[in-house]
Parts: sequence; C-alpha cells; structure tokens
Amino acid sequence: MDIKKMRESHKLLAEYKYELGKIERGYANRTLYVNISDNTISSKPVTETMKEKFVGGKGFGLWYLWNATSPSTKWDSPENEIVIAGGPACGITQYAGTGKSLVCSISPLTGIPIDSNVGGYFGPLLKFAGWDALEVQGKADNDIIVYIDGNKGVVTIEEAPLEAVDGHILGEQLTEMYADNEDDKRNVAVVTAGTGAEHTRMGLLNFSFYDPRRKTTRLKQAGRGGIGTVFRNKKIKALVVKFSNVKGNLNNAYDQSIINKTGIKYHKEIHDLDHLQNNMRKIGTANIIEVMDEYDLLPVMNFQYGSHPDTEKIKSTVFIEKYITQGVQDGCWYGCSMACAKAADNFTLKTGPYKGQKVTVDGPEYENAAGLGSNCGIFDPAAILELNFYCDTYGIDTISFGTATAFAMECYGRAIINKEATGGLELNFGNFETAVELLHQMSRGEGFGTVIGQGVHRMKKMFVEKYGADADFLFDIGMEQKGLEYSEYVSKESLAQQGGYGFTNKGPQHDEAWLIFMDMVNNQLPTFEDKAEALHYFPMFRTWFGLYGFCKLPWNDIVPEGNQYTDEPAKVPEHVQNYLDVAYGVTGKRLKVSDMIRESERVYNFQKIFNIRMGKGLRKDDKAPYRSMGPVTKEEYESRQERYDKQLKEIGYHIEGKTTEEKIAQLRKYREDQYEQLMDAVYKRRGWNSKGVPKIEYLKEIKMDLPELIEVVKDLQ
Amino acid sequence: MKYLAKDNSKCIQCGNCETVCSKTYFKEDNYEKSCIQINKEGDPEINVCNQCGECIDICPVVAIKRDKLGVVRIDKKICVGCFMCVGFCPQLSMRQHDDYIEPFKCIACGLCVKECPTGAIYIDEKSDDEARELKLDEVFRR
Ligand code: SF4
Ligand code: SF4
Ligand code: SF4
Repeated sequence: MDIKKMRESHKLLAEYKYELGKIERGYANRTLYVNISDNTISSKPVTETMKEKFVGGKGFGLWYLWNATSPSTKWDSPENEIVIAGGPACGITQYAGTGKSLVCSISPLTGIPIDSNVGGYFGPLLKFAGWDALEVQGKADNDIIVYIDGNKGVVTIEEAPLEAVDGHILGEQLTEMYADNEDDKRNVAVVTAGTGAEHTRMGLLNFSFYDPRRKTTRLKQAGRGGIGTVFRNKKIKALVVKFSNVKGNLNNAYDQSIINKTGIKYHKEIHDLDHLQNNMRKIGTANIIEVMDEYDLLPVMNFQYGSHPDTEKIKSTVFIEKYITQGVQDGCWYGCSMACAKAADNFTLKTGPYKGQKVTVDGPEYENAAGLGSNCGIFDPAAILELNFYCDTYGIDTISFGTATAFAMECYGRAIINKEATGGLELNFGNFETAVELLHQMSRGEGFGTVIGQGVHRMKKMFVEKYGADADFLFDIGMEQKGLEYSEYVSKESLAQQGGYGFTNKGPQHDEAWLIFMDMVNNQLPTFEDKAEALHYFPMFRTWFGLYGFCKLPWNDIVPEGNQYTDEPAKVPEHVQNYLDVAYGVTGKRLKVSDMIRESERVYNFQKIFNIRMGKGLRKDDKAPYRSMGPVTKEEYESRQERYDKQLKEIGYHIEGKTTEEKIAQLRKYREDQYEQLMDAVYKRRGWNSKGVPKIEYLKEIKMDLPELIEVVKDLQ
Repeated sequence: MKYLAKDNSKCIQCGNCETVCSKTYFKEDNYEKSCIQINKEGDPEINVCNQCGECIDICPVVAIKRDKLGVVRIDKKICVGCFMCVGFCPQLSMRQHDDYIEPFKCIACGLCVKECPTGAIYIDEKSDDEARELKLDEVFRR
C-alpha cells in the first residue's frame, strides 16, 4: 500500500500549536491532554505538588487517571484514560535502561488501574517534544491517530482509515510516513495495538523503535492488563511522536558529570562481566529458561509442574545458536549496554495471514518462552517464536495468552470442556497448531480464541455456568488473581513469592517482587518478619523505577564484582547507589535509600487506595489460587512426593498409611494458613490494617494524607 | 588500514603528543582532552586507539564508521552521547570529557608523530583482516 495515498486520506480533526519548551532537570514541566471525543487538545502545568508526591512516570499516570475517573468508571467508559509518562530520568542516554514509559489505564481484565512498563523511543521523544506525559481521554468515532511533531510544535488528531491495524505493519507504515528519510526514521516513535486487541480483553500496546542496522521497526510491549484493548476500544490506531535532534544532554541535568561517570562505569561492568554472568547481551531475559527448569520453577502445563525433560529443546542456547541474531546493539533506548531487546531475523512464518513471509521476531523474552512454550506444553523453539510474533503484531499479551491458554488446555485435558466447546479445536497440551489458531481467531474476532481472550477469570465463570464445571476446582487451577493472569514462575515452594504475587496492586505480575531465590534457594528469609520486610522493601524499591523512567533489568540482571561480599547481595547495593547518583545527577535531589522507599510508598499506597475506590483492594482480593501455593491434584503431589512428604513430617503430621488425598488436604491447610499469616505480617509492615487498608496515621507519616484519599479509607479503618 | 602504531620502549613520557593532540582538537593544552594518553607513573605506556573497530557495532545510532583509509571515525552530529563506546573499547582508548557530550578518539592524523622526539609513535598500515566490526550483510543473511 502506497504511503502517500494513506497520508492523503487522513482527515484532520484537530490541530494544536505549542511553543517548543525546554527541559529542566528532567522535567518538561507540562503535560499534554488530548480528548478524542470532542477533539480538544491542551497543555497542563506540572505542579510542585505533583513532583513531590508523585515524582513522574507511573506516579503521574495514576494521578491523572484518578482525576479522570470515578468509582463507577469501567474500562470502556469514555472517561477512562490511557496515560503515558516517562519520568525525570527518562531520556538520559548514558546509563543503561533509561528510556522507559509507564502506561496507566483502567484495565478490562481487572477493572482497577493497571500500569505497564515499556521500552521503545516514545517516552523519551515525547519528553523531548516538550511533554512529561500524554493523557488520552474519550472515544473517537472512526479510527484516528494522534501525531505529535516535536520539531515544529504541533499536535494533530487525524482520522486514518487506510493504515493497517497489526503492529508490525502499522509501525513500519507510520515510521515511513513521518520520517523525512532513512536517517530520520529513528526520530519517529509509534504506539500501536493490533487486531487481536479489538476482540479480547488482553490487548497490549507496541512501542516502536527504529533499528538502523536491521532497517526495520522494532516493537517493545506494554503487555499487561489489556491497555491495547482500551486503545482499540477508543478507536485509536496509533500515537506517533517525532523529534529529530536527540543529544545526550537534553534533560538539562543538574550534574551531567556524575551521570557520565556512573554510566561509563556501568558500561564497563557489562562489557567485562555479562558473558560470565547472564548473557543478557546474547539472549536477554530468556537466559533463565533452563535455570528456572533446574530449580523446578518453570511453569509446565498450567503451572502443574516446574520442570520438564523437553526443556532441553527450548533452552537459551538453542535460541542463541539457531535463531537470535548475535552481536548487534539491541537496546530499547540509547545507552542500554545491557541490550536485552533481542530478535530473530529472517524468521519464516508457517501460519496465518503472513504465512511464508520472513519477519523479525522481537524476542523471545523469558516470559514468552515460558508462557507460550512450557506452560502450554509446547517445547519447540520455532513454535514459540511464531506465537511470540503473532501475539505482538495482533496486540495480545503473551503472558495472559500463555496462562489463559494453559488453563483452557488443562480444562480440556480433564474433560471439563470438550471439542464442542472449543469449536472443534483439539486443545491438548503441546498442540502448537491449536495455540496459533486461537491467536488467529482472536485477530478475526471469532471462535474459541475470543473466549480465551476474555481471560481466566471470565472463563472460570463461563465454564461453571455453561458446562457445569466445579467452581472450587477451577478456582484452584485458574492462575489469575484480581482478574489478571499470573506471570510465568512457579511459586509453590516459596511462600514469600506467593505473597510477592498475591499482595500486588495490579495483580500477579512479578515486577513488584521476585523473591524465590532469596527465600527458597538461599533461605535468607526464614521468619514471617523477614519475608514481610522483603515484601515491603522490594515492591517499593521496584516501584521507584517506574517513577523515574528506569528499566529494572540493569539493576540485578548483572551484578558488580564482589557483590556477594556485600551486606545485602540481593539488593545489589552498588547499583542502588548508581541509581541514587543518576537521579541526583538529573534532578539535583540527593536521596538516600530511605527517601527512595518513601517516594515509592506514596505512589504505592495511592494505587492501593485507588484499587479500594474501584472496589477491589481489600484482603479478600489478595486471596490466591491454591495452584500458586501447592499441589492441587494427585498427579502434582505424587510427582514431587518426597518433597511434600518431608514437609508434612516436619510440621509433625504422621504420613504413614495416609492417602495422597489426605496428605494434599493436610498440606493445603498448612500452606493456606502460612499464607494468611504472611498476609498479616506484610500488611502490618506496610502500614495497613488487617483488612488490607492503609491506616490514616501511616498515610500521615508518609505525607500522603490527601483529603480525597482519607475519604476512601476513613470508614475502613 | 591506517593506524597510529606505537613502541612503548621508546617513549620518554614527555607528553608532547598529548599537548599537540588536545591543542589541535580542543584548543587547550590538557592531556585529559588528548586522544593519545601516556601514563604519568611507572613504565611508559602509550594508550591510543588501534582502529580495531569494535566500537562500531556498539553504537546504537551507527555514528561510528570506518572511512576509506580504514580509520574509525565518529560522526558527532549523529552521536547521542551514550558513551557505550567508551565503556566497551577493549583498549580503553575511546575518550570522554565532561566538557563535551560526545566522545573522541584518535583518527591517525599523525600530528603527534611529528612532535615525538624519540619516534615512539608512527603512522603505519595493517591488514584489513584485522578489522573487528561485524559485516552486517552476513549477520542478517540478507
Ligand atoms: S535492559 Fe533490556 S528492556 Fe531494559 S532498557 Fe535495556 S534493552 Fe530495554
Ligand atoms: S576506539 Fe577502541 S574500539 Fe574503537 S577502534 Fe579504537 S581501539 Fe577499537
Ligand atoms: S557515545 Fe556517540 S559514538 Fe559512542 S556509542 Fe554512543 S552514540 Fe555512538
């Protein structure tokens, strides 16, 4: 399709001209508001209070979302917003992982705020174009794009009827359309969803960056929680930003020198150590596939098991040797020497509308390999790459898709649903053809694919109502909580990680806490208090990345030499100091670790209260499916009998002569009780009462006693 | 390909090369702004880029390229100042100074050669086979 013709068919709905601003210490000091219902565009000032209480990034996103919505707002209400914000450190180029955007919206899966952290160039270029955040509200009548020209200072809303919807094509089309020439392509960044996002609740957003070596538009994903679904429901085809003069000092940092020094020190560390540690530069996060298998943490067949002999076929070295292009710079923003954004080039698709085409597949990340692979019983690297590709271009979250498909496969295997229900699809574990067909159905908006696209939470209800399934059993094996599918780690043997998933704000995603090694392997968290401390510190620490626009991976996916001899190796103290130095360099704020945690506590508790306002932030909502805690079925128990028998003996239960069912019941009683006790300890440490509600005195202590927050929690004290 | 060759055993640590380099490119006599750098203590060691080309593949915006003579050069207009090339140079010969937001490196211009009293540095040629950068066409099997 002719790009010129596409552009000519655009119909201008609104145009807004603005003064190109100057960034000071990481802030453009204003945000862009775009309403696509009434086609209005305006600028909002960033106040000192916003900076003090919310910092930026996810903090700004949640604050705007709170102001835009009410307790009755649904994901598809016009007032729901999609907010994209980078944060003060976003757009630095000297330290690894400084180009992240945080996206917030009310989720179609959970009905509460979701936040998703994503790379690509949109966040940094948006800031250089003069905006700390972009808020999109309303619903368009026909497909539109919003274009921000950061060179000229113009924002437009344009109807865009001819462009594709699928991410990999649309990203290319718009990059080509808005770039002056080949060299200018990296100055254009595009946000898209895909056709599958229209027909499911698990739609994602693709954030592009142009790869000057591959000469192709690469995609990074804001995967979780269905923001792509909101995007397509609003009839947004794409958001585009252009800014052409990126230099290393556009943030006007308070002290550029300390950023330079810290950055170069870190680059050297990656250069010297990555190949001895995690191979992030070779294979990205997928380096841990075989490690997870070895520790029995790799989800296999809907989280029933933690390892499988066939993992051998999908281990990271297979991808490195056969598929993933080696040696090229793969950062999702400038200056990322960790360069984990790997890709398989010249990959020939075997199915679907793009069958036979050679494409670049962005991935696989660990979550994709585990979710689309082992968790669905699929141990074929090419199958994983194909599923990965179609998830991305159709705009489907790989994690929700993997976990939801695995759930449906188990239901099919247990005859809870049959071929009639699946529309004739053979939905057994390991069936790649079916899995990929489900994706094509999601794209077309038909068949059982759209049922899976509703997510585990709604499938459970439907299987009970329509097929008479046992609700309790489905609750046990359906790996979702608060409506969001679990990400891809088996948490059965780590109580701390059960809490790490279960006590999250947005739902069970591991970006708040990943404590399995500390807890289960290294036994560093023996008591409830230790676990509670970790479940306070790490979620707060990790929240902080999203306030500033940092990527979490460079924090601990490589560690400095001698890290194991520090007081707290799991915290990687030298890297924490790097972040404090870089944040100081940008903003001029000299923070201590305690200040960093405090900044996060404010936003974390704000999000918590936001959940409560939306009707889902209490103790009952932190209840978790038993599959995340222990063996639900006989097969699961017996496959790891020695381990479970041992634990039963340790707690003083006499296993002699007991049936597996009796043992399962006893173990369950014990483990569920542990989970409750952990909940008590964590709530206490987090300043919450036993209902899971932040105490007013605690909100005062952290200076987050805003009247509108007190209003929500005062009757729940 | 052309490069600045060195013989540490002839160096007397006078620093003439640093002076001419920094004066030529940054109008200042400051060894921290010199592409060639000589250690101030211990046995003489001349640190300068050998034009290996490893930095070419590191640059996220392809600002580093090899020119016709084989010299590895930075296009400062394109450079986004990430300093990854500084961290990844195996010789630690890619330079950075806080007065500038782009790095700098030896381009084998040979001005310093003329100022060296002992002939410790000289312009030489080496085989193109020693170039370390990837051949992108082969990498992507286009
Ligand atoms: S570590 Fe990976 S995800 Fe993070 S910024 Fe670097 S390339 Fe992007
Ligand atoms: S600067 Fe370093 S990496 Fe680049 S060509 Fe010179 S020696 Fe090689
Ligand atoms: S500092 Fe400039 S030349 Fe060096 S890698 Fe970064 S962008 Fe390229």
